[in-house]
Amino acid sequence: MATEATKRLTDIGPPHYEKFLPPIIKRNYGKWLYHERLAPGVMCHVAESGEKLYTVRAGSPRLLSVHTIRKIADLADKYCNGYVRFTSRNNIEFLLEDPSKIEDLKKDLQALGFPVGGTNNAISNVVHTQGWVHCHSAATDASGLVKSVMDALYERFTHEDLPAKLRLAVACCLNMCGAVHCSDIAILGVHRRPPRILHDLLPKVCEIPTVVASCPTGAIRARTVDGKQTVEVIEQQCMYCGNCYTVCPAMPLNNPQTDGVSIWVGGKVSNARSKPRFSKLAIPYLPNNPPRWPEVVEAVVKIVDVYAKHARKYERMGEWIDRIGWPRFFELTGIPFTRYHIDDFKHAGLTYNRSTHLKF
Amino acid sequence: MADEKISTPLLDELEKGPWPSFVREIKSAAQTSPMARDLLGQLELSYEEKVGHWKHGGIVGVRGYGGGVIGRYSDVPEKFPNVAHFHTLRVNQPAGWFYTSQALRTLCDIWERHGSGLTNMHGSTGDIIFLGTKTDELEPTFSELTQAGFDLGGSGSDMRTPSACVGPARCEWACYDTLKLCYDITMEYQDELHRPAFPYKFKIKCAGCPNDCVASIARADLSIIGIWKDDIQQDDEAVAEYVANGLDIQADVVERCPTRCMQWDGKKLTINNRDCVRCMHCINVMPKALRPGKERGAVLLLGAKAPIIQGAILSSVLIPFVPEEELFDTVKELLSRVWEFWDEYGMNRERVGELIQRVGMANFLDAIGLDPVPEMVSHPRDNPYVFYKVDEEQSEQ
Ligand code: SF4
Ligand code: SF4
Ligand code: SF4
Ligand code: SF4
Repeated sequence: MATEATKRLTDIGPPHYEKFLPPIIKRNYGKWLYHERLAPGVMCHVAESGEKLYTVRAGSPRLLSVHTIRKIADLADKYCNGYVRFTSRNNIEFLLEDPSKIEDLKKDLQALGFPVGGTNNAISNVVHTQGWVHCHSAATDASGLVKSVMDALYERFTHEDLPAKLRLAVACCLNMCGAVHCSDIAILGVHRRPPRILHDLLPKVCEIPTVVASCPTGAIRARTVDGKQTVEVIEQQCMYCGNCYTVCPAMPLNNPQTDGVSIWVGGKVSNARSKPRFSKLAIPYLPNNPPRWPEVVEAVVKIVDVYAKHARKYERMGEWIDRIGWPRFFELTGIPFTRYHIDDFKHAGLTYNRSTHLKF
Repeated sequence: MADEKISTPLLDELEKGPWPSFVREIKSAAQTSPMARDLLGQLELSYEEKVGHWKHGGIVGVRGYGGGVIGRYSDVPEKFPNVAHFHTLRVNQPAGWFYTSQALRTLCDIWERHGSGLTNMHGSTGDIIFLGTKTDELEPTFSELTQAGFDLGGSGSDMRTPSACVGPARCEWACYDTLKLCYDITMEYQDELHRPAFPYKFKIKCAGCPNDCVASIARADLSIIGIWKDDIQQDDEAVAEYVANGLDIQADVVERCPTRCMQWDGKKLTINNRDCVRCMHCINVMPKALRPGKERGAVLLLGAKAPIIQGAILSSVLIPFVPEEELFDTVKELLSRVWEFWDEYGMNRERVGELIQRVGMANFLDAIGLDPVPEMVSHPRDNPYVFYKVDEEQSEQ
């Protein structure tokens, strides 16, 4: 059939969410009364009307092929009248009216390889970034780290046996696309050498004043090399943040010998009990060791295990460390405390212990 | 095109183990997409060499838009020609990430026709990510998306795609309609979303209560977090039921309250609501017995960002309470003032939070015409270097 030229649509915005809400949600929108946990990954929300909505949560790898998404759609058809949602942490949620279907759905999810869990005091799915799969500034791969770490922590996803919630996140460079900096445990890719400067390319692809201005520490200066207008980096001033690379592709930071991973702990975004806070440096550097990053996996599992053993009920990682103190955290985890743990960026002094509050 | 099998011994390791494997996903897409096949090959190379092989730069996009597409190029195109260009499209997700199976299939069909068949459900900011296609395919993808009722999200120095927690759709704690506000903001600012004209990015996230399931306080320049003003709704019978079922209310609720504003006398729970900071802990532990109050709305906080450039910042309080009915209008008014000041005084790649740090919160408040209130700070200043404005004060009198 000959197609008529259709009008080019722009600025239509996303589809209205109401089109995608299951009827039971439309009927009880804003009128939910309370919820109960039925099992790891399974919740029941009860509405004022008395209606009950059952949610089954499954972890996904975030990176999904269309073939897999179609299988998810098939499950939504089979169990949920065609409705499904995703969570902010890459979980898939199936919303059921009939609780007798839960076990069959779980079996089908199992067969597809999607673990059910991630609720309450379990480790939820891992917020993460693109890494080598799709980003230019990655110091490590995000998906591979997530897979390796979650294989080891699988049981912590499918069981709710931690003292409190535990939020893991991975970012592959300091840009921290996933804003991992407020997680119980954050795995962060780090560059540790100043950018290389491709003097031949730089004058062609970058504006020198923009490059100079991009550096937070003022480490970049204009310079002439072999008659070419280019820049130099004062190495001692560089903190490997990659800002210059973001504005100038002729200053790559990637370095297979020195790039790697750092680990940060004790952050949170929820206001429950204590205020939201940043994660703090636990391990300044571990090597990039693909495909399975054994050093990172071991370190994360160790931190989780120590936390699980010592924290009291309802203490998030950071709240537990508040109580026991950082010296005890380093002692219990066996992580060495180094010069890198002491802040030397702006307002660093605010993090010094200006008291005699000490524990021995 | 030869359909020879690429050998990926390192990535194959990541198909083992119980957690769902992204490698399996790439391989699944590779069955039908040469792009996905070359992605697999290039990724294996990255795993061998421990270094990424993507370049950025070069402005790509769809006609009339400045955002929504991230240009990406392989630095080894001779080896992997099918990912020589491998641009990402950000597709604006429906608020709350609800879908019908039919909508998912439509998206899959479009993306299978025009791209790698690989997605992220979802990207960090909340968009549906269509991972990788050629420059020529961008406009046809966009055209099919809009015909199907979808549109692109933000990227670059624009308003980024707003996102929202599940809110009143399924959460009893939502203090305002997060989905509606997110949708209304997205529709109101389509121009700001699609045509970058700001000094840098601007993110907005709607969380229905202080549990902040969308991490708005850490990730959004404007964090809209639901809160209530009156007393926590309390059902004493349900409290007794929790206790009868074994809850140690003294240890797990009363003693975990950050303001110690609750008392349990063995029979009755008493909350001194004047001292409650609405942290949600007690409500989270006893959802059947305690609920947010009835006078609901949101607190508006400003300024969060990841480390780049001047260090990470959490959002801080700007307007402590806006009733739900007034939220959209207040947000619009606030955004117009904040954006105007930022447009004029913000430096290139300076987020709003950094601008506030540079000019000082008090000056910022003057500029946007907001009065200071004690809720904005954790305590008044403790340094005596006050910039008094004697002349201005006198001329006002
Ligand atoms: S964190 Fe860095 S490397 Fe990772 S996706 Fe974001 S910008 Fe790219
Ligand atoms: S990596 Fe960061 S600190 Fe180093 S030169 Fe570039 S912008 Fe400056
Ligand atoms: S932020 Fe609050 S209202 Fe929104 S989903 Fe989370 S707990 Fe519910
Ligand atoms: S919400 Fe938090 S501060 Fe308020 S009574 Fe409950 S535990 Fe205490």
